[in-house]
Amino acid sequence: MLPTTVLWAIFLLPLFSLVFIGLILRPFFNNYPKLSGYTIISCLTAALGLSIWVLTSSDQFPIGSTIEWAAVGDFKINLGFVADRLTAIMLIVVTGVSLLVQIYSQGYMRGDPGYHRYFAFMSLFTASMLGLVLASNLLLVYVFWEGVGLGSYLLIGFWFHKPSAAAAAKKAFIVTRFGDFGFLIGILILYFTAGTFNIAELNELAMLGVIGGTALTLAALGIFSGAVGKSAQFPLHTWLPDAMEGPTPVSSLIHAATMVAAGVYLVARTLPIFVSSETAIMFVAVIGGVTAIFAASMGLVMNDIKRVLAYSTISQLGYMMLGLGAVGVGIAQGELGEEFIWLAIAVGMFHLFTNAFFKCLLFLGAGSVSHASGGTFDMRLMGGLRKYMPWTFVTFLIGALSLSGIWPLAGFWSKDGIILRAWEYTPVLFWLAIITVFMTAFYMFRVVFMTFGGKYRGGEQSPGHGGHGHGEPHESPLVMVFPMVILALFAIGAGWAFWAGGAFEYLGGYAHGFFDVFTNVGEEPLPLISLTIALAGIMLAYAMYSARWISPEKVSQTFAPLYTLLSRKYYMDELYERIFVVRVLHRGLFYVIQTVDTYVVDGIVNGLANVTVLAGSGFRRLQTGQLQSYGLAIVLGILTIMLVWFVYK
Amino acid sequence: MSLGIEHYLILSAILFSIGLYGALAKRNAVVILMCIEIMLNAVNIAMVAFSRYLMPDTVVLTGQVFAIFIMTVAAAEAAVGLAIIITIYRNRRSVDVEQADLMRG
Repeated sequence: MLPTTVLWAIFLLPLFSLVFIGLILRPFFNNYPKLSGYTIISCLTAALGLSIWVLTSSDQFPIGSTIEWAAVGDFKINLGFVADRLTAIMLIVVTGVSLLVQIYSQGYMRGDPGYHRYFAFMSLFTASMLGLVLASNLLLVYVFWEGVGLGSYLLIGFWFHKPSAAAAAKKAFIVTRFGDFGFLIGILILYFTAGTFNIAELNELAMLGVIGGTALTLAALGIFSGAVGKSAQFPLHTWLPDAMEGPTPVSSLIHAATMVAAGVYLVARTLPIFVSSETAIMFVAVIGGVTAIFAASMGLVMNDIKRVLAYSTISQLGYMMLGLGAVGVGIAQGELGEEFIWLAIAVGMFHLFTNAFFKCLLFLGAGSVSHASGGTFDMRLMGGLRKYMPWTFVTFLIGALSLSGIWPLAGFWSKDGIILRAWEYTPVLFWLAIITVFMTAFYMFRVVFMTFGGKYRGGEQSPGHGGHGHGEPHESPLVMVFPMVILALFAIGAGWAFWAGGAFEYLGGYAHGFFDVFTNVGEEPLPLISLTIALAGIMLAYAMYSARWISPEKVSQTFAPLYTLLSRKYYMDELYERIFVVRVLHRGLFYVIQTVDTYVVDGIVNGLANVTVLAGSGFRRLQTGQLQSYGLAIVLGILTIMLVWFVYK
Repeated sequence: MSLGIEHYLILSAILFSIGLYGALAKRNAVVILMCIEIMLNAVNIAMVAFSRYLMPDTVVLTGQVFAIFIMTVAAAEAAVGLAIIITIYRNRRSVDVEQADLMRG
């Protein structure tokens, strides 16, 4: 029997870590930075243990507990946690990945003066994400949603003395806020039409058709706009590549288990609301498909290793949305029964599950590489690191293969599931997805060949932050390699149905066997096609960046306009900054607001002050300082009173 | 013709009005002080007249006692007032109240 206290404990453990580090370790044990690392690691280990307990208690789902938080008349706000199969998988991902990232951080952040602060923020970030995953009503989800946003802001801007980091933190916060605004509106629409915040009740009402029509579509689109912001989907993806300014373990956590996963999780959680509106679910699928190829195309030309990975994350998140959307469209169009809702969730979330491992691994690998080559992330300064960092190389290679979707690594299974469903229900988006497979394989192996192949190109010579300013690159310490090895094991096997890939069936999908995925697939051998395309991508990367049969410089010259377009990120940043921020906001909205402020708000305030001053200068004349004039006034007053008294008596 | 209460009250009213006029119209502080004395004594006349005519048979001499009180207070007031006037005169070389307007707003 699983007590509901366990759910609370999972959330409260990292929160305790935050409070303990912030109130006790930071003020009193500032000279023992390791303590805060140990605190968060032990808290997360415990939380992971409890999460496994939750995972294995699936026969009791859904379990939850609710306490009343505030009541105003009939309007009640509850604090409630609930666990079902979706929650259980997410709990494992969040606590597991976060734990490994914290272990890695022990090595990566060594000697940083903000060590305590780092782990305190990490605790906050993880706690918010766990709260978001567990929350049983949308209002509570929104609270933790913002908590995650705050955590990401603090961590991206961790090195706030760097102007670029401070700017990136603000960008992440502000861009996601645009989405959050829509999310809030969606929640309110749902509350006013259905009268409840409870997600399970809302899902049921949507499936029964009690709420529907335009209101439901708008609410679903509102929720999705929140997910677009958090999960960095087109067109609100611009914050994620800039979020690289934070410490690399933070990027790793943001990209794998928290923050960006929140958006996908939210859509999965409220999927019945989406599938009740064909417009909404189609929108999810289209945005997902478009984002996948759009981000992948930008990843092709980036020279910063973390930026390539960032665009890869956006692209993979697009896949997840596509996965949720594709099956959802099938349900919304009546091709599938409503019982397939869990299949849709499984398809989308399974990719989140596998992506969490290999994407986290790739980022930790990138951090390790940067650690070795003096703090740079520019791949043009790396190269040849295979010789110096065998562990990092092998694990990174596994991550890259997994992400590219090479059989039998984890990425293959989850990506295949999505492509298969896209082929069935959204054929147009299938083609986008399959082109993206090629791009993914290409840019990942471009990274591998540029970073680990060839000769070492010197790294960062001037000592940057975290850099040691040494000539010879070296392998990272054990504390950093260990989490990468663990993650590599999952990156290999997280798709295997008889091992961690059981998550797919656990969620409600039906997994293929280890080999019959190629033989038992119906008419089109899709898995074979996607595998071939991925291998072709790897071959092209090999031809261009390792064997140099084709010169990358020549290619970029031949397609110069395209190359410029991609490397300038489709001018999206410029579009937002020059057109949206400057024209629309500064000259439009802000101008109007400022005018209103100057003439209406200030006008009222200044007007009141002016009236008071004028009245004062009028009344001032009455005070002559002459006792006699006062006396005269008194006498005249008395006479008036007497006169009135006599007349009206 | 015998003297009635009206005569005393008319005298009192005339004296009071003269005093009030002086207090409001004159500029010399000493004259104003004198006018206030006139007003106080006009009240005294009214007090004694009321006491004498409205309650002739009692031994309680309320009005008369009150008049004596007022005289006492008036004496004190005159002393304080004159002291103030002297101070003003020393500071400004004038007892013209029009010039003593430090409280003007």
